[in-house]
Amino acid sequence: MAKKTIVPIGPYHPLQEEPEFFTLTVEGEKVIDIEVEVGYNHRGIEKLSERKSFDQSTFVVERICGICSTSHPYAYTRAVEDIVPMEVPERAKYIRTIIAEGERLHSHLLWLGLAGHFLGYNTVYMWAWKLREEVLDVMEILSGNRNNYAMFTPGGVRRDIKAEDIPVCLKKIDSIVPTLEMLKKAVMDDPVLHARTKGVGILTKEEAIDYSALGPTSRASGVARDVRKDSPYGAYDQVEWEMIVTQNGDVFDKVVLRVLEMFETYKILKYCLENLPSGEIDANIKSIPPGDGIGHIEAPRGETFHFVRSDGTNSPERHKVRAPTFMNLPTYKSTVVGETIADATIILAAIDPCYCCTERMTVKDTDGKKLYTGEDLVRLSQERTEEIRKSI
Amino acid sequence: MTREEVLKDLNERFKGSIVDVFDKSPKRVYIEIKPESLVEVAIYIFKTLGARFNIASGIDVRQYFEILYHFTLEEINLLISLRVKLSHEKPEVESLAPVFKAANWIEREINEMLGINFIGHPDMKRLLLPDEWPEGVYPLRTDYKEWDKKAIRDRGV
Repeated sequence: MAKKTIVPIGPYHPLQEEPEFFTLTVEGEKVIDIEVEVGYNHRGIEKLSERKSFDQSTFVVERICGICSTSHPYAYTRAVEDIVPMEVPERAKYIRTIIAEGERLHSHLLWLGLAGHFLGYNTVYMWAWKLREEVLDVMEILSGNRNNYAMFTPGGVRRDIKAEDIPVCLKKIDSIVPTLEMLKKAVMDDPVLHARTKGVGILTKEEAIDYSALGPTSRASGVARDVRKDSPYGAYDQVEWEMIVTQNGDVFDKVVLRVLEMFETYKILKYCLENLPSGEIDANIKSIPPGDGIGHIEAPRGETFHFVRSDGTNSPERHKVRAPTFMNLPTYKSTVVGETIADATIILAAIDPCYCCTERMTVKDTDGKKLYTGEDLVRLSQERTEEIRKSI
Repeated sequence: MTREEVLKDLNERFKGSIVDVFDKSPKRVYIEIKPESLVEVAIYIFKTLGARFNIASGIDVRQYFEILYHFTLEEINLLISLRVKLSHEKPEVESLAPVFKAANWIEREINEMLGINFIGHPDMKRLLLPDEWPEGVYPLRTDYKEWDKKAIRDRGV
């Protein structure tokens, strides 16, 4: 019998909302079990929110995540509006959609770059992150910030988009399309990438439903769920766009899905910027009655869900936050087991969680002697690609 | 099935289990059920109706604990929240984790945050709170008091 080795991955690197700790049990090269531990960066936001006013909580939840910083205030403000209940003005809906889609674009680009890096495609990494800068510039023009836009408030948005900024933004997002096309071609045509990611880390349709997986993770497994289509909010029901669904559930499909999704996002962004209606941007909620409110929106990684209970006072009585990764992380149990360690790097990255953890891997054998560092594991993964490249 | 048909079907099928139905808006409905029939109703909604399990949220409302299990029926754009009320003396309810894996983590979270016992959970251990957190202290209960965290601060991490 082969010797079992335990590979601990993590836990510290609080870049994203959940620094995770994985314990991979491997037999030779093959992963036979995985345990996931979270909670290393538990900040007690739900408890904190109970002490803040409804307006202040918007900014507290914006700090939950640095990458998808807008999805939490979006879901939260929708939950508060569900308590009242009320509709936000048309112009505010469009502005919200623009901010949310801009965020999706930069988040997917960030992921694509890192996925490329893990696979040994550093050119993809550089290109994707260069494109991401353009998107961040657009966000800075629109909101004043590259991240943590602080645009949301219950009832509408806090800042208007100036008419003279729109042509500049349109020009910038138009300029990224040719490079996006190039990246798409690179993904679709590269035989090495196919060999490296096809059939790796498969999440079956049944498992995706059982785990209630969300966003790209579920759509890559053929489960067509997207809050933007299922329960339209913002301007999503007024724009023509398609929900991208792929069937195989492997890493390749997740890459393709995100790349194609960026084109849809581009369509939505362009439409909203060109057809921004005039009018008020804030409905100015006067008071929030007692009651329950639920807000859910499609963040780049899947559905973000907020539940808020008001008791009629100035602050929430209970505020429940559920980020998409909470539902997507447990799917590792079915995707990683049976694969090799060299593939684990990309499978763990494929649901778009905290990459930081994969960067901080250490491999130890059972008596605790360190064998590999995190860089070694990324190297291991990159070498594997190199091998495939040579053999083709 | 349309929205009305689903609600009528649920009402007839689980007549004895449903305590109250609050039809809040076209997209939201809150159904209060008896805790002992939770598994049965959840299986029907998740497996037969094909709903997605969003999440559960536990609340301490002083007189009792309340857990809301949120399910989304994507085809008809309806969010069903199953409400169960549990007493302070005996905060326990049947676990949904053996029925679908999606409930596994959130039940662990509610267990440590509110101290609700999920009977039959396959893997009940802490999810978010640190190992040094004392047993029997539940941060989201209304009677929660700050405790001496010096032990954690001074551990030299």
